[in-house]
Amino acid sequence: MKRKEPLLRLDNVGKEFFGNKVLDKVNFSVAEGEIVGLVGENGAGKSTIMNILFGSSVISSTGGYEGKVYLHGSEVSFANPFEALEAGLGMVHQEFSLIPGFTAAENIVLNRETTQYNFMVELFGDRLSDLDREDMILRACKATTRLGINIPPDTLVSDMSVGQKQFTEIAREIENADTKLLLLDEPTAVLTESEARTLMDSLRRLSPQGLGIIFISHRLREIKELCDRVVVLRDGLVISDVPTAETEIEQIAEWMVGRKVGRTAVRKKDISQESVLLNIKDLWVDMPGETLKGLDLDVYEGEILGVGGLAGQGKLALANGLMGIFPARGEVEYNGKPFPLCDTAKAIDGGLALISEDRRGLGLLLDEELHLNIAFTALQSKGLFLKKYLCGLLTQLDFQETIRRANEFIESLNIKCTGPRQRVIELSGGNQQKVCLAKAFVCEPKLLFASEPTRGIDVGAKKMVLDVLRKYNEEYNTTIIMTSSELEELRSICDRIAIVSEGKVAGILPPDAKAKEFGLLMS
Amino acid sequence: MKNFLKKLVESAGWARIIIGLFLLLLFIIAPFVQVRLDTSIQDVLVRVGMNGVLVLAMVPMIRSGCGLNFGLPVGIIAGLLGALVAVEMNLTGLTAIFTAILISLPIAVLLGFSYAQIINRVKGSEMMIATYIGFSSVALMCIGWMILPFSHPTMVWGFTGQGLRTTISVADAFQDVISNILSFQIGDFFYFPTGMLIFFGLACYFVHLFFKSKTGIAMTAVGKNPSFARSSSVNIDRMRTLSVIFSTALGAIGIIIYQQSFGFIQLYMGPFFMAFPAIAAVLLGGASLKNATITHVIVGTFLFQGVITMAPSVINSMMQSDLSEIIRIILSNGMIIYALTRKEVYKR
Repeated sequence: MKRKEPLLRLDNVGKEFFGNKVLDKVNFSVAEGEIVGLVGENGAGKSTIMNILFGSSVISSTGGYEGKVYLHGSEVSFANPFEALEAGLGMVHQEFSLIPGFTAAENIVLNRETTQYNFMVELFGDRLSDLDREDMILRACKATTRLGINIPPDTLVSDMSVGQKQFTEIAREIENADTKLLLLDEPTAVLTESEARTLMDSLRRLSPQGLGIIFISHRLREIKELCDRVVVLRDGLVISDVPTAETEIEQIAEWMVGRKVGRTAVRKKDISQESVLLNIKDLWVDMPGETLKGLDLDVYEGEILGVGGLAGQGKLALANGLMGIFPARGEVEYNGKPFPLCDTAKAIDGGLALISEDRRGLGLLLDEELHLNIAFTALQSKGLFLKKYLCGLLTQLDFQETIRRANEFIESLNIKCTGPRQRVIELSGGNQQKVCLAKAFVCEPKLLFASEPTRGIDVGAKKMVLDVLRKYNEEYNTTIIMTSSELEELRSICDRIAIVSEGKVAGILPPDAKAKEFGLLMS
Repeated sequence: MKNFLKKLVESAGWARIIIGLFLLLLFIIAPFVQVRLDTSIQDVLVRVGMNGVLVLAMVPMIRSGCGLNFGLPVGIIAGLLGALVAVEMNLTGLTAIFTAILISLPIAVLLGFSYAQIINRVKGSEMMIATYIGFSSVALMCIGWMILPFSHPTMVWGFTGQGLRTTISVADAFQDVISNILSFQIGDFFYFPTGMLIFFGLACYFVHLFFKSKTGIAMTAVGKNPSFARSSSVNIDRMRTLSVIFSTALGAIGIIIYQQSFGFIQLYMGPFFMAFPAIAAVLLGGASLKNATITHVIVGTFLFQGVITMAPSVINSMMQSDLSEIIRIILSNGMIIYALTRKEVYKR
């Protein structure tokens, strides 16, 4: 029997961003009426696949992609989302793209409204024809019924609950009779459990109607329950592609996070559990998209503590909250004394330093020279690098000293640049990150926050950055709290790893714990 | 040679090279249309000295990210008050000038502080708000000049003995006292205002030193990347306030220097359009909305004042008509538009 050509087939799809390979020879297919779950850690390549399928401009503006995409057996390549829509792809994004002041019905049939002729059409063309509201409402109701839910068609989007908004978006995509393949990017992330259940029921109802669905979620239980097949991505590679019936949640979790363990030896350092450097009780941090909701954590002196977890769960807020970048509330003791929150000056005075995850935004003065970037924080908060004139009445930046220190760091961290006077914006990502490290080291911190220190830099620089952090910890006994989305990275240098989920610590594991244990804590 | 030229163009920028060549061309044409070269050079130098400090008043606010100081009239009003008090006290010579500066400074600090409070509340649209603050402060002071209790006979209206005149001569008080320090005359038509240029140079040096101090560097960082500055424990609003006060104070000193060379205190609508030539000059010098250096100020003042002095006189002589005001307005506003649409390109 000849196999039927699947609805969608990806053939050796690959993608590079500025020489950084994010997808490599990805092959999978979606049949008609099939629900395929796509899982992977942050940065595994899920969004890139979505962007390629949907013809997002991010792809074409960075040089297109390798390999081929087949829809119904014929090759397609979309230059923009409109072409993708026309070809029958429907996409529901993580963020809602609805018009708040319009009703459900108006949103659902937006730009595909039923129209009626009036005389203005003769003068100005079709765009001025009347709307047939009754028919629009009818069509909207049909779409929502097909989903098996009930949204009154005249509800304003701004009055809807999050769940209703999500359903309205999906209804909009399926109302388009041409939609054959639905791409759902974490549709359940914002929903409550019961809403998520309703959503999954509706999706299950859609698939027998011949609609193919790609479902992205971090909640593995949903994947297991809903999907026919699961495709696991890791570092841009398809790790496995199996029917969900033949696998277990633990197995998926392990595929998702576990690389070949033992690539870097797990370090052993004796950390006395008695000297608590930082004692955090009930910490709330209001960082948009990364809220902490009552985190409790003890940090021991001299350790490297890893903070892991999925994006949006709050792991980044720990460093930003304690450094006073975002408003925070809670009880924190540092060195046995109460620690003031929301006060960056006191935090830096107390020996804290931050390597920010937002390197280009918070971490660097892109426009300025390298040596000034390194010296700035120490200059402002500790008054280093100043020359005094007229008995201290006039202070001036000690230019020679900043250049000298910058040269030291250029050598010790192997920063590739033309010299300490080069502007930071002209450096590559990895070298910019090294400047950030130098900036933190100059302050001689007791407690160093390294947030996503390897984000967006190439493999070689990654290893360098991690080695430097580890060396710094060993030489100066600096306590380091390192946040990373890459679990393997945390496992390679940390003494303990705390997994943050939904704004709280879900659990603390030793670095040599099994990959699936981490996976379970995360989801 | 080719490389050298390329580098020169790159570091100076096309705008400055074109304007520079245009200025050179004007100087070359001048003698052929019966415009005296030595007088022209003298005029340019005097005008550079007159306007220099006012242009310098743009620098602190640009560096702290508050944009161009369209509210320069606020500083100018402080300077005017200082000068008026000095004349009222019957002071003369250098004493008069320095008294005027000393009196205007606290006023400038006070006005600058309130100006800064508004600027800090409208982050993102500072320049538009500053324009209106400048305009409305001029309007407010139009009433002020009428009712302030000055009574010196050279300053008030003759028929009522109350209210200040629109133009007040400082010929008896402090005209040219700074310009004349170490100044010299060559022939009948060339006068070199040494003192005023030295004063401008010192002011530039002082600002330069300030921006190499801890506070100055913090101010620059606030302008370039506020979140970076904040994460290094710099108080953003404080730095912005300081920069506005600094700019306002420089504006006050600037107008006093301007008056001592010009010979008159201009009240009422006088300060209204003072901000625009200063802004055009600093932009012409190569400053952007985010960055301005002392070099930009000096080069910009020279080029702008050069063109604005030379173009009308040369063109008028060539065309036998008076176009000077039109050319001035086109040049200064054209420069501002040009600079506002400009973007810096980085190479990597």
